[in-house]
Amino acid sequence: MPPFLELTDLDIAYPPRKVIREVSLIMHCAGIGCLLGPSGCGKTTLLRAIAGFEPVQQGLIRLEGVELSRAGWTLPPEQRRIGLMFQDLALFPHLTVADNIAFGLRGWKGSERRARVSDLLRLVELADFAKRYPHQLSGGQQQRVALARALAPRPRLLLLDEPFSSLDVTLREDLAREVRCILLREGTGGLLVSHDQFEAFTFADEIGVLQEGRLRQWDTAYNLYHRPADRVVADFIGQGVLLPGQVGEQGRVNTELGDVDGKPPVGCVAGDDVEILVRPDDVIHDDASPLQVEVAERAFRGAEFLYTLKLPSGARLLCLAPSHHNHAIGQRIGIRLDIDHWVMFRRNRAVSCVEAPPVPAS
Amino acid sequence: MFQASNPRILLSIFGLLTSLLTPPALASGEVNVYSARKEDLIKPLLDDFSKQTGIKVNLVTGKEEALLQRLQSEGVNSPADVLLTSDAGRLAAAQQAGVLQAVQSASLNQNIPAIYRDPDGYWYGLSVRARPIIYARDRVKPKQLSTYEALADPQWKGKLCLRSSDSVYNQSLVAGMIAHHGEAKTEAWARGLVANLARPPKGGDRDQIKAVAAGECDVTLANTYYLGGMISSSDDAEKQAAAQVAVFWPDVQTTGVHVNVSGAGVTAHARQRDNAIKLLEFLASDQAQRWYAEVNSEYPVNPAIPPSATLKSWGEFKADTLNVAKLGELNAAAVKLMDRAGWK
Amino acid sequence: MPPYTNPPPQGGRGFWSLAAGIDRWTVLVVGLAMLLALPVLTVFLTALQPPGEVWRHLADTVLADYVLNSVTLMIGVGVGTLLIGVPTAWLTATCEFPGRRGFEWALLLPMAIPAYIIAYTYTGLLDFAGPVQTFLRLTFGWTRQDYAFPEIRSLPGAILMLALVLYPYLYLLAQAAFLEQSAAVLEVSRSLGAGSWRRFLTITLPLARPSLIAGMSLVQMEALADYGTVQYFGVSTFTTGIFRVWFGMNDATAAAQLAALLLLFVLTLLVLERLSRRQARFHHTGQRTQRPPRLRLSGWRRWLATGACLLPLLLGFLIPAGQLIVWTWRTAPQVVDDRFLELAGHSLGLAGGAALLILLLALLLGYGQRLRPRPVVRLAVRSAGLGYAAPGTVLAIGVMLPFAAIDRNVDSWAREWLGLSTGLLFSGTLFTLLFAYCARFLPAALHSVEAGLTRIRPSMDDAARALGAEPHGVLWRVHIPILRGSLLTALLLVFVDALKELPATLILRPFNFNTLAVRAFELASDERLADSASFALAIVLAGIGPVILLSRAISRSDHAPLP
Repeated sequence: MPPFLELTDLDIAYPPRKVIREVSLIMHCAGIGCLLGPSGCGKTTLLRAIAGFEPVQQGLIRLEGVELSRAGWTLPPEQRRIGLMFQDLALFPHLTVADNIAFGLRGWKGSERRARVSDLLRLVELADFAKRYPHQLSGGQQQRVALARALAPRPRLLLLDEPFSSLDVTLREDLAREVRCILLREGTGGLLVSHDQFEAFTFADEIGVLQEGRLRQWDTAYNLYHRPADRVVADFIGQGVLLPGQVGEQGRVNTELGDVDGKPPVGCVAGDDVEILVRPDDVIHDDASPLQVEVAERAFRGAEFLYTLKLPSGARLLCLAPSHHNHAIGQRIGIRLDIDHWVMFRRNRAVSCVEAPPVPAS
Repeated sequence: MFQASNPRILLSIFGLLTSLLTPPALASGEVNVYSARKEDLIKPLLDDFSKQTGIKVNLVTGKEEALLQRLQSEGVNSPADVLLTSDAGRLAAAQQAGVLQAVQSASLNQNIPAIYRDPDGYWYGLSVRARPIIYARDRVKPKQLSTYEALADPQWKGKLCLRSSDSVYNQSLVAGMIAHHGEAKTEAWARGLVANLARPPKGGDRDQIKAVAAGECDVTLANTYYLGGMISSSDDAEKQAAAQVAVFWPDVQTTGVHVNVSGAGVTAHARQRDNAIKLLEFLASDQAQRWYAEVNSEYPVNPAIPPSATLKSWGEFKADTLNVAKLGELNAAAVKLMDRAGWK
Repeated sequence: MPPYTNPPPQGGRGFWSLAAGIDRWTVLVVGLAMLLALPVLTVFLTALQPPGEVWRHLADTVLADYVLNSVTLMIGVGVGTLLIGVPTAWLTATCEFPGRRGFEWALLLPMAIPAYIIAYTYTGLLDFAGPVQTFLRLTFGWTRQDYAFPEIRSLPGAILMLALVLYPYLYLLAQAAFLEQSAAVLEVSRSLGAGSWRRFLTITLPLARPSLIAGMSLVQMEALADYGTVQYFGVSTFTTGIFRVWFGMNDATAAAQLAALLLLFVLTLLVLERLSRRQARFHHTGQRTQRPPRLRLSGWRRWLATGACLLPLLLGFLIPAGQLIVWTWRTAPQVVDDRFLELAGHSLGLAGGAALLILLLALLLGYGQRLRPRPVVRLAVRSAGLGYAAPGTVLAIGVMLPFAAIDRNVDSWAREWLGLSTGLLFSGTLFTLLFAYCARFLPAALHSVEAGLTRIRPSMDDAARALGAEPHGVLWRVHIPILRGSLLTALLLVFVDALKELPATLILRPFNFNTLAVRAFELASDERLADSASFALAIVLAGIGPVILLSRAISRSDHAPLP
């Protein structure tokens, strides 16, 4: 069986500028994916190319084995069975909610169309609003109409261009979860574009980190966090610091915090200058530890404190400690490193040498 | 959506429209007239002409300058055969612009006195209008009036109404004054008129007459056919106003009453030259001349045709013998002079 | 897919970019706009000659008057239309009072009356010799010296006349702007403690500013270009000066120079207006524009509102139309003959054809601007709209000269190479006349179309495509319905304008082709006002239908906000 969505070596350009370079990714089944990246990274362009609004300069786009785009040829958007949900929703102001939803159902039989519309209205819990016009609805309701409209013609894949960004945080998460459920129920694949990693984590099974037009990594949220493919991903996903060190004998690494007993990293040999990615949860607060460092900043997070610690060299470290460990700024506290997932970069190189190559998401 | 197909479709629609709108070839023999006389003041005559001769006449009316411009820019291809204007100055201008041609006709020469036509036959006057003084019967005695010049006398202070100097009739009158008296004297006279005004110049000729009738002022200048029109008006108020005023013929001892003519010429590139001449001859004929006199209260150029009863009731007068072409030449000077004199 | 020659425009990025031949639009729009600007360019070219001695004469004598009167007229008419148009628009858009529904459309009616006609009727009524003053004199036994009566034929009179017939343009735009304002903004300001008056001044008005300014600039251009009214009232303006120099002094060059100066002045104002608008954005952010409930006026306020709306209607329509009816009653039997229907047919056909054609052009230019928002396109479209400020006769000559030149050149070429004469291809045809209408009335339509297009976001196109609509389906199912109101507005505005158009029709029409406006004007300029009334009334009647349609289109905009 062909993979659900397949992008191969994709180049997209607004000459002379290349916006997307050599992007390849595979979604094996109709799950939910997300393209994550800062604004201007090209993620919306990539989305539009998948939808058929942008031609590709090179490479292939396939959906369920059917070719959609290649250099010099683009299947028109209306023939792709790909739905779209926009940041500004783009509801048609001259049509009622029901008519908006029915827009994509041209050619359906009247009874089927009506049934589909009322099903969707029920699905998005707007059954009582069928005759309203978009401007008479709240922001969240408009969002649901946009979703229902996009889903109505049963697209194989729904593309979502930051559709939740105009909503407040709580509503955003609720709606993201809701949309996820609806998509899974409808059996429609989803691909979201976002700059917000938490939204991505909530919504998507697989996430791609896009930066300056390149796909840095396409993986599960867990792997992005714990096994970032490169410095950029490590930097973009989650918090953490890079602690300088040197690979010693038998896979030990000498750092400011002493010899760390890491597992021998592949590709790194003794004497290499490296940096170790240290996440806040890798630093354990231990009053008994001989390793004492100064608290530079602290942030109360309810169940825990996030301490920023200052090392003698001036380097900083983040530490997550249960909130009963209340220490003042300037105090010295004991810590120890307990790193489960070794991520090391050779200094001055982007690519990581990790304990094992990242496992492709299945 | 639009990009590929629509411009092309729209352009082809445009093209279709264009082909629909191109002029139908005008049938041969038909005479085409550009007329600065209003349709009402010429169409009945043209219809009569068609009835009598079987020659169809096509008409466009408009302002003199615009028609002249149209004639000039169309050049050799102009469809016009005849140019009709209501002002001799414009006929002279048309002649100078080279859009008229000289035609000779025994009947035209016989019916139209020499002072009302171009010596070479470029244009022929068809009707005469005079611009006398109109005064309030109840407040002004005819013997108080004498000449145009005397209207600048301080005795008329606050008692004179005038139309704006935008009016070609006033421009023409002042041009006549310049021809007779020179610029300096005319300017002093114009200043005198302005000093006597009862109110700033405004409105048309009929409005001046009405103002006199209503007592806003005592004397004014107006063309005779406007007064004639008021007398035969369907509006009782106009009729009453006309009854309250009378005509005084100024300058009869000296240069004569200011007159101007409406007239016509055959265009330089006329296709239907012969029919055009026929039309001119018809317009100078007894029948048409009578129409000018009866229907529009104008003075016929043809001396054999008597003016209407209304016109007769105003008495005989001596008309200015100045060649009317001179008025056209001096028109610009007259306008500037009025600007200087503050005649709005 | 041909390569882009420049980065894709922000707004038009979308399937537009799939267009074959990206620059076809630019070429088409710039070409069309240049063609439409041809008359104005002709004026400027004619003006490009060394100034003659007429200028010294003008500067010494009347130029200061022209400038002063024109500026006063422009400002006066602007202020006048604001004072009439904005309060009435606000009242009918946001309040409830006796007669509101009727006023909503009736307030547009003065639009159907040509400016020079209202000037004639009021002169007939209010002049010294008119019925009002005569009545006063007879009743009180006064003579001329006993009382002071405001002179209608004066600069203030001209301002009043023009304001009375031009305010509907502003009213139309202001009303739409007020209707579009969302409840949320007003409620926020209310919660911030702003009283209703302050709310109006600080929120409602400023939000409507772009529409008000657009309306004002249309009105002021019309006022500057007016010839009939000011000439009849004896007010020397720039426009009367142009004709005086041209006709009276026979100096076409100086006339063109005066006209060019007038156009430059207007251009400067337009540029300043654009610049001032650039600093603030007035778009509503959300899609949620709940209409606030109408303010129910009570007590004396209701009747004040009714009065405020009745007054302009009375002065701008009922009285002049009444006068026209009285005159028509008396004179119709003499002046109305079997050619009347033919005249009406010509007028309606010409106005209808012009309206459709202009709408088409406005759509092309509007879409062109939307798809290719480049400076060159914008500039071209703006300059295509300059004709609105040119006095009609000047514009007409500007149309006549280039087409006649084309005719001459084609003809001489054909004679030389084909041995036959092509004669006049354009001159003296309806095509030339329609072209002049297009050059003149385009801005009125363009404004509506542009306003409508801003309501269609590019994402809507994409959404429709993604939902399976073919490109033409997007046009028919999304664009046309959303634009419907704007298109109708544009169509009717131009129709009514074209119905009244006189100078270009007078100069450019073909043989044996008269319209109601030409007929009315010929009689009126022959000082047969009463006789001209039948034709003027016919224009007004023909204009009323579209005006009512127009207002219905607006009041039906409850679900989809219209321009």
